[in-house]
Amino acid sequence: MRGIIAAGVHVPHHRLDRREIAALFGKGGGRGTRSVASYDEDTTTMGAEAARNALRNAGDVAVDSLWFATSTPAYLEKTNAAAIHAALRLAPSVGALDMGGALRSGIGTLRTALSAVGTTLVVSSDIRDGMATSSDEATGGDGAAALLVGDDTAGTVIAEYLGSGVATDELLERWRIPGAARSRVWEERFGEVAYAPLIQDAFAAALADAGISSDDVDHLALTGMHSRAVKRNQARLGVPSERLVDDLADTVGNTGTAHGALMLASALESAGPDEIIVLVVLADGVEAVVLRTTEAIVDHHVSWPVSAQIAAGGSVSYGKYLSWRQMVAVEPPNRPAPNRPSASAAHRREAWKFGFVGTRDRSSQMVHLPPARVSEKGGAVDDMDPIPMADTEGTIASFTVDKLVYSPSPPVVFAVVDFDGGGRAPLELTDVAADQVEVGGRVEPTFRRLYTSDEIHNYFWKVRPVRSTGTLGES
Amino acid sequence: MGSHGIKDQVAIIGVGCTPFAEHWDKSLDDLIIDGAQATYASAGVAQDDIDAFWFGTSQSAASGLAMGGPLKIQGKPITRVENYCATGSEAMRQAAYAVASGAYDLVMTLGAEKVKDGGYQGLNAFPIPTDGTQRTLTAAAMFSLILPAYAAKYSIDEDDLRYAVAKIAEKNHYNGARNPLAQFRLETSAEQICQMAAVAGRLSVFDCAGVADGAAGAILCRASDAHKYCDDPLYIKALSCVAGTGAGSLDPDYDYTTLHESKWAADDAYAQADVTDPTTEIAMAEVHDCFTPTEFVLMEDLGFSARGEAYRDVLDGAFALDGRLPVNTDGGLKSFGHPVGASGLRMLFEVWLQLRGAAPDDRSIRASDRTLGLTHNLGGYPGEMVSFVGIYGTEIG
Repeated sequence: MRGIIAAGVHVPHHRLDRREIAALFGKGGGRGTRSVASYDEDTTTMGAEAARNALRNAGDVAVDSLWFATSTPAYLEKTNAAAIHAALRLAPSVGALDMGGALRSGIGTLRTALSAVGTTLVVSSDIRDGMATSSDEATGGDGAAALLVGDDTAGTVIAEYLGSGVATDELLERWRIPGAARSRVWEERFGEVAYAPLIQDAFAAALADAGISSDDVDHLALTGMHSRAVKRNQARLGVPSERLVDDLADTVGNTGTAHGALMLASALESAGPDEIIVLVVLADGVEAVVLRTTEAIVDHHVSWPVSAQIAAGGSVSYGKYLSWRQMVAVEPPNRPAPNRPSASAAHRREAWKFGFVGTRDRSSQMVHLPPARVSEKGGAVDDMDPIPMADTEGTIASFTVDKLVYSPSPPVVFAVVDFDGGGRAPLELTDVAADQVEVGGRVEPTFRRLYTSDEIHNYFWKVRPVRSTGTLGES
Repeated sequence: MGSHGIKDQVAIIGVGCTPFAEHWDKSLDDLIIDGAQATYASAGVAQDDIDAFWFGTSQSAASGLAMGGPLKIQGKPITRVENYCATGSEAMRQAAYAVASGAYDLVMTLGAEKVKDGGYQGLNAFPIPTDGTQRTLTAAAMFSLILPAYAAKYSIDEDDLRYAVAKIAEKNHYNGARNPLAQFRLETSAEQICQMAAVAGRLSVFDCAGVADGAAGAILCRASDAHKYCDDPLYIKALSCVAGTGAGSLDPDYDYTTLHESKWAADDAYAQADVTDPTTEIAMAEVHDCFTPTEFVLMEDLGFSARGEAYRDVLDGAFALDGRLPVNTDGGLKSFGHPVGASGLRMLFEVWLQLRGAAPDDRSIRASDRTLGLTHNLGGYPGEMVSFVGIYGTEIG
C-alpha cells in the first residue's frame, strides 16, 4: 500500500483583518481574516516549519527525497529545498529538489510522489501578495503544507493512494513575469468557462482510475486561485455540498501552491477510517488525486493541527502588513544594515545555522550553543557530541526590547533562553507582542530569515512562545 | 606562576586629554596630534625623548602607522593595541610593562578614536565575516538586561531600581557640568531621565554614554627616574586585565547581576596593590559607566558596595563628589563622552588631576589621607567582556 504517512502544516501566526483594507483605502478587503507570513518568514522557512510538523507526526520514518514547490521562491537558481533539508537535519543522501514557478507545481508534485516510489516529503509553500486593495491581496493567504508520501513498508499509511486524473490545457488565465510585484488575470468569465470541462474530465478520470463513483466521495477538497471557477463548478461534480472540505477562505485565505495540500491536511484531521478524499486543484488545467483513509488514522496523533494553528493566530495591522511586503517604505532605525553572511563560514557551521545543532561536552555534560571545541566547564578539548536543539523547549531567563538596533521590523525583542536539559542561547523572539513577554515564559525554536543583505537571505533560528501556551497580541 | 604586578616600578609623569566632543572639524590625525601635544606638555618632554609608543584605537585605524604618520615619529617602535572599549587602558598596560621590563626608559601611550565620521548614532562594530548567526543587539540592550535580573534577585521594585540607576546619570552629569573638557556639560535629574522614552529595555538615551571623538595619552618611565621629570608623579600600583570566555551567553548559571570579569580584574588588582579594603583605601575611582546599570553593578563588583547594597548606596549618594567614595568625578563616559580607544586614558587623566590636587575646585574630591585612585575600563557585554582595573598612588610603598 502507498499513500500519505503524515501531514504537517504551517499557518503563520499573523492575521490581517480584511476590513482594515477598506478602512484605509475605501475599497478592497472584505470579511474575515487572511494569514500573513511575518517579516522574518519566506516560503522556505514556512516550508521548513510545515515539514518539521509532518516529520513529528510521522514518527520515526526515513525520508528518501524532499521535493519543494512554490510560486514565490526565496531564491532562483539556488535550491531552496536544500535549506529545508538542512533545517530538518536530513542526511546528505536524501535528495532535495525545487519544483517551483507554477501554482500547479504543488498538486503536481504531490501526484508525482504518490505515483512514484520511495519515501518523499512533499513540501509546498506560498506567499500570496497583490497590489493594495486588490482581490489577490484580500483573498490570498500565506502558508505551507508538507505531506510525507511512501509505502507502508516505510511507515504507517493513514491515507491510501487510489488514483488520479489530469487535464492539461494551455490557458492564459493567471500569470506573472519573474520579479513582478503582482499577478495578472484575464477576464474572470473566460476562466470560469474554460475550467468547466477540465474539472469534469480530471475528476472523472481520477474516479475511474480509483474505481469509485462520485457517490463514494466523503470529502471533496476543490481549490484553485480562480475562486469563481471553483464555486461555479463544485456543484456539478455530483458530491453533496456538506461533503465539501472547508476552503479556509474566511480565516487563512488561498495559499496558492500550498493550498491543495493544506486542505488535504485539514481533511485528514477530521476524516474517520475508510473514507474517500478527493483533492482537485485548478491551475492551467486540473489535477485530481483520490485517497482512502486507513484504520491507522484513528490512532494518528497530529501535534499541531490546522484548526489549532488557525485558532492561535494574532493580528497584524494593515500598515505593518504593507511595510512587511515593501508596499510602504517605513523609515528604518538609523543604524548600519547588517552584513551579508559569509558563505564559507555558514557552510562550516551548517549544522548550527540551519539545523540548530549544538554540542554537549562528554565530561561535564554542559551544552554549548553555538557548538564549541573546548568545554566551558573543565576545558576538555574535542570531546563533545552533537546535540540537536530545534525540538527542545526553553525558558526566558531575561529579555529586552531593543529599539535602536537595525531590524527589518523594529523593535527587536530579544531573550536569553535557557533550554530544558541544559544550554543557553541569546535569541530573538518572534510572533510575540513585546509587552507580553515575561521572564519565565516558555519558548520553542522556529526557523526564520533574520534579514536579507546583498541578496543573501540570512537564515537562522529564533524562538517563539510555545504554542500550547502562546500569548496572542497585536504587533 | 602568579600575577605579580609591577607595583611601584613604573611612574606616570604626564597625562594629557583633548576635549571630548563631536569634533566635526577634526580628523583622527588632528586628534592624535592634539592629544600627543597635550601629553608632551603635561610631562614636559619632547617627542624625540620618547623611546617607544603604544597606540590604542578600537576602530578608527589600524597599525602603528596611524600614529607614526601624523606625528612624524622617526625610527621608533609603535604598536597599535585593540581590546574593545578597554583599548586605552590596555595600551597603557603594554607600555608600562615595557618600561618595567627595562627595555625602554621613556614611553608614551596614546588612545584616540574618531567615531563621528560613521554617519550613525552610537558605536558600530567592524564588519567581520561570520555565519550570520551572531546576536546583533545594541550594547544598550545587552546592558539593559541587568535591571530586571537585579530587581528580581534582590526583590527591588523595577521602577525603584530604574530610578536608582538614573541617579547615577544625574551624578555624572553634575560632575561633567563642572568639566570643561566634557562632551555634555549640563545637569539633569533622575526624574527627568525616568520620564524619557525607553530605547532599550528600560533605558533611555540618557542612560547611555555620550559618543564623542577625542584623544588622551600618558608618558611613563621607571619609578626611579620619575623625579627627573616631575615633582609629583603617580606610581602604578596595579594593572589587571581579564578577558572572559563569553560564558554569560552560554551558561545558565549566569544571572546578569554581576560582571564576573570585572570582579576578577578587581581582585587581581587589589592583590597587586596590597589593597585590602577599597572602601577605605581608594580616594576616588573612574569606572566604565557605558550605561547606568553598568556603573550600578560595578559598585559591587569593585567592592565599593556589599552585594545587594548598591541600590541603597547609590540612593544615599555614597559615590557623589562629596560621598564616601567619589566615582566618575569627571562625568564619566556618561557626560565626558566615550571615544573608545581614548576612554581608558581619559580615566587616568582624571586620577592624575584628582590625586595631585589639580582638579578644578568645583569638582575636587575632599582632602583625605587616601592616596590611591582606581580606573576600571571594560569592553563587551554582561557575561562576555574584557575588563581592566588599574590602581595608582601618589607615594611609593
